[in-house]
Amino acid sequence: MTKMTRRVGLEGSFAVAEAVRMANADVIAAYPITPQTHIVERLAEMIADGELDAEFICVESEHSAMSACVGASAAGARVFTCSAGQGLELMHEVLYIPSSMRLPVVAVAANRALSAPLSIWCDHSDAMSIRDIGWIQMFAENNQQAFDLTVCAFRVAESVLFPAMVHIDGFFLSHVIEDIELPDDDAVRDFIPDYEHPFVLDPDKPVSMGCFAPPFIYAETKKAQEVAFEHTKSELMSVWADFGRTFGRHYSPVEPYKMEDARIALLTMGSYSETAMLAVDEMREEGADVGLLRLRLWRPFPFAELRDAVKNVELVVVLDRAVSFGMGGPVCSEVRAALYQMENKPHVIGFIGGLGGRDIPIAGFKYMVKRAQERVKDKKEEMEETELFGVRE
Amino acid sequence: MAEEKEEDLFIPRLVTTDEYFASGHRACMGCGEALAVRLVCKALGKNVIIVIATGCMEVVSSQLPWTSWRVPWIHTIFENVGAVVSGIESAYKARIRKGRIAPKEVKFVGFAGDGGTSDIGLQALSGAMERGHDFLYVCFDNEAYMNTGIQRSSATPYGAWTTTAPVGEKQPLGQMTWKKNMPEIAVAHRIPYVATACPSYPLDLMDKVRRGVDIEGPAYIHVLSPCPTGWRMPPNLTIEVGRLAVETGVFPLYEVIDGEYRLSLELPELKPVREYTKKQGRFRHLSDDAIERIQARVEADYARLKSKAGL
Repeated sequence: MTKMTRRVGLEGSFAVAEAVRMANADVIAAYPITPQTHIVERLAEMIADGELDAEFICVESEHSAMSACVGASAAGARVFTCSAGQGLELMHEVLYIPSSMRLPVVAVAANRALSAPLSIWCDHSDAMSIRDIGWIQMFAENNQQAFDLTVCAFRVAESVLFPAMVHIDGFFLSHVIEDIELPDDDAVRDFIPDYEHPFVLDPDKPVSMGCFAPPFIYAETKKAQEVAFEHTKSELMSVWADFGRTFGRHYSPVEPYKMEDARIALLTMGSYSETAMLAVDEMREEGADVGLLRLRLWRPFPFAELRDAVKNVELVVVLDRAVSFGMGGPVCSEVRAALYQMENKPHVIGFIGGLGGRDIPIAGFKYMVKRAQERVKDKKEEMEETELFGVRE
Repeated sequence: MAEEKEEDLFIPRLVTTDEYFASGHRACMGCGEALAVRLVCKALGKNVIIVIATGCMEVVSSQLPWTSWRVPWIHTIFENVGAVVSGIESAYKARIRKGRIAPKEVKFVGFAGDGGTSDIGLQALSGAMERGHDFLYVCFDNEAYMNTGIQRSSATPYGAWTTTAPVGEKQPLGQMTWKKNMPEIAVAHRIPYVATACPSYPLDLMDKVRRGVDIEGPAYIHVLSPCPTGWRMPPNLTIEVGRLAVETGVFPLYEVIDGEYRLSLELPELKPVREYTKKQGRFRHLSDDAIERIQARVEADYARLKSKAGL
């Protein structure tokens, strides 16, 4: 903590842009979509003002944004893109490519609901539809984390040769100004060293990338990918440890809040974690044994860390910001699956809320905890009992 | 143009013996597209990075763990060649400018079929041309989705049979729409170089490739690539049918350099379209009426092209 730092008021989008600038990205390819636009606008401005030396490819679609990132990364560049909602959906097909071809593309998603009906506001439907793309995926809960996790994304992606994505809640983080601490440029550049991809597209050393695989070899390529991807968790944790030593802010896959002696755990991802913390404070004052678990790392899924975090807990109350139609909340079902092997597993009750930018007040989290306890008492734990919070009937 | 003169055009000793698209790939016998790729690669040389779309040439050349490519080559998905090549070109620009790598002359080239170009890949290509990246794009047009089994594309000619434009009692024509004019779409982007070519005219094809990559900015070459499998003809007719496409005016060879049209061959008189269609099973069902409609369209299009070239 001897490095120079400065405290500034920045919206989440500008915090991300600062991280990309300090990371000295070579190529940025992006297509504008609300609520991601401030990130690309700020980056374009930085390039125009000479604060960042990069090629900005103003592509004609998100599909081409990710495709250009793939090409640039295959040619050895440090690349960045960002998108949201429909944009991530249009990008979807291409998102599998950098993870399968081991290209360390870094992206930020300013999470947004999916059409129809059209909604530019935040939920996690877009994030949930890209669970299986093979990217390292993290969720930020405030603008400081938006900055920190983007910095860490570059470092971990390049060290494990997998793409990494940071999710920031659209508007809640992307457009809200918060007081954050920006480290010195040099400190970030030291933290993310220059990298050389071992196999780049270069006429001096020709390689064929993206060959096709018939049945006799496809499965082997997928196993190799899965084995390598599992390893990314330990590497990310060591990057976070180094980040903590260097910048004094510490991250881990499952971050507890007031979990000592807690018998009930709320579980959230993204910006509602901060509202949930306030709810936990109030419930603690009222005498409830409630804590909060914030899922920082979404992929690879932190099975061991989650099981360890709930080993003394009787009830986990999961907030989803997306619907898996006919299935309930996707995070809730993954948490249930992760805990299934535990001998003394807690009850897991899911709620869906905050869809399309709908607010969840502190009282909402208190309601969920109370309601979950009632449902355990009534033995109503089935998937179909997933409750949509705050919906007018 | 007389047959003898055409033969004279083919002077093998002027062509490099270096091969960058290696033999042993899995293309069909008589594949005009594989021949065109081979010739294009000879003209490009080794200082090149090739981006290819999903399609015949990708599938025949890159089955793991083998590759036919002796130059750096990347395939990702079907419809994004224009975008991937944009990314590679930008990466080189940025990395050289920032001193990350030593300056070097690299040509950036995209390959795709007619489906990957005029249908599903049109948006990405249009974006790349509009943004002005320094690249050459070569469309190898065999006039249908041959890799998936001869389904019609927007480049399939009027009256051709395909599996999704079949010939039936109620639909005796096969393809009922006229071929999309992809080179004109490229011209409309006001890029510095657009050309058409055909492997039946190998030196012309290679000259155009060299001109296309040497020009700064986007260049587009549309290569008619006869496909014995999909055109329903014997594999030994590939070259001949390619020539007939040109000599009948069905597929004229021309260049558009900075907006100026130039015909590559002087054809004082077009051969009848029937000489081209009768060699191919895909046109076997056509009535005299239908062939006359094609003849009239070809003549009108050719006259329009000639007037653009000031002839």
